[in-house]
Amino acid sequence: MQGNEAVVEGAIRAGMRFYAGYPITPSTEIAELCAEKLPFVGGKFIQMEDEIASMAAIIGASLAGLKAMTATSGPGFSLMQENIGFAAMAEVPCVVVDVQRMGPSTGMPTSPAQGDVMQSRWGTHGDHSIIVLSPSSVKEAYYVTIQAFNLSEKYRTPVVILMDEVIGHLRETVNLDEYGDIEIIERKIPEDIENYLPYKDIENGVAPLIPFGKGVRYHVTGLVHNEKGLPTNDTKIAERLIKRLVDKIEKNKEDIVMYKEKGEKEGDILFISFGSTSRAVEAAEEELKKEGFKVGIFRPITIWPFPDTRLRKIYPKFRKIFVVEMNRGQLYYEVDRVVKREGEVENINKANGEFFTPCEIVEKVKERIKNGF
Amino acid sequence: MRSLEIRLGGSGGQGLILAGIILAEAAILDGKVSVQSQSYGPEARGGSSKAEVIISDGPIVYPKVLKPDVLLALTSSAYKSYKEDVKETGLIIVDDSVEVEKESKVKTLKFPILRTAQEVVGKAYVANIVSLGVIAELTKIVSEESLEKAVLKRVPAGTEELNRKALEEGFKLGKVEDKWVEQMI
Repeated sequence: MQGNEAVVEGAIRAGMRFYAGYPITPSTEIAELCAEKLPFVGGKFIQMEDEIASMAAIIGASLAGLKAMTATSGPGFSLMQENIGFAAMAEVPCVVVDVQRMGPSTGMPTSPAQGDVMQSRWGTHGDHSIIVLSPSSVKEAYYVTIQAFNLSEKYRTPVVILMDEVIGHLRETVNLDEYGDIEIIERKIPEDIENYLPYKDIENGVAPLIPFGKGVRYHVTGLVHNEKGLPTNDTKIAERLIKRLVDKIEKNKEDIVMYKEKGEKEGDILFISFGSTSRAVEAAEEELKKEGFKVGIFRPITIWPFPDTRLRKIYPKFRKIFVVEMNRGQLYYEVDRVVKREGEVENINKANGEFFTPCEIVEKVKERIKNGF
Repeated sequence: MRSLEIRLGGSGGQGLILAGIILAEAAILDGKVSVQSQSYGPEARGGSSKAEVIISDGPIVYPKVLKPDVLLALTSSAYKSYKEDVKETGLIIVDDSVEVEKESKVKTLKFPILRTAQEVVGKAYVANIVSLGVIAELTKIVSEESLEKAVLKRVPAGTEELNRKALEEGFKLGKVEDKWVEQMI
């Protein structure tokens, strides 16, 4: 199965019944497969005129009660940012897949990169929080997609699946039954709909979302709004709203973050990487281990919010930390924020449209430590 | 753990990515673990195209091919670009339209793949399936039964007979007496 295909399988398993998108390499297979599969499960596929409209359509579908998704790559992700902000502000659950290719702009359409790490966090304007997940295998793409829907429903937020061309187009042997029963979070409609307040902190920092058409009338806006959803310029309400939008994710971080660790628990080198790059890092780890180095790997699956609590616990036991990513250094800044000891975090970067080889990583590590740690 | 790396190179439109998918799926039918990846230019036809397959007895960590055990090159440019990467113990299979270096460190075999597809099978576009027949016959990296099943599962409805013939012709081409091939297996 292909990575992009696993996303569609995961989405349908999670209950996605609406997809709107504008095809773009290397995410096109997601649109193709949604067009093919959704009608068979009673879902709808719409090809929109562009990515701005795609994002608007999934917000509308979600407010009308369907789990909705769109997929794109860097150039389209840029266009989606305005409405991603709207979904964050109006607290509309939805899933956006960004299969990263090399940029900026149209860049190299068929070549991999991981240059959208910061865009996925801060691409839309204003203070907000967001959840971003990055799978490193086809199997994990399936699992992560289900969790993306769950988290988006639980916290009423857009969730970004930050893939890259390598994982999107990779075909791997997978057994989806391995995961067994995965909990699927559905929307709960409260009994008391008379006094429904769509923007009140009731559970997990949010109110349950009652879809339009279920007998409740309320207002949805990108303007600052009160608990009823009506616009206001009241600074106290604005303060409370923005704080809640950020806190509902940051304060529930331990429930949201996923990560994997591999190799030694203490030693010489700690690698931090995500997505496809971590596959090259794992192969590099095997090489370095053969040469006698003690190496550990920390791989955040949840990139935003960053699993800093865990990293803080493990990093002091290593002499040097390397952040490996297919960009000029983006997650590096987040790791550097967490690791406060100067000179300890180094970055290994590649941004030429070519995937890392394990050998390159090994060589770069050796060069950096040739004068000792 | 044994792991074999295969790279298929040619030009866009020759169906090599599909061939890679079929090869990987045949390996799964044989009970192996496989990954398939690809790289190609932005154009739909005519640009360079590369498909890669790794077949292994166990989990595959790094998903791309670094040093192929087998290289298929249907064009001169694919041959030139990738021949240096092939393992010294490996095998290069080229279409007979490709001019090869006389003194190659790596065993290199030429077959009339494109011609067989066009003239014997009757359709140029089955060159990818002819190639798979040649590779399987020479290297035994997948069983003939699994390969046939995998081909028939992936090709468009109505072209089964054509593709079965292409595969047969590939098997025939690949039947060469060669001690080296046995060593590799």
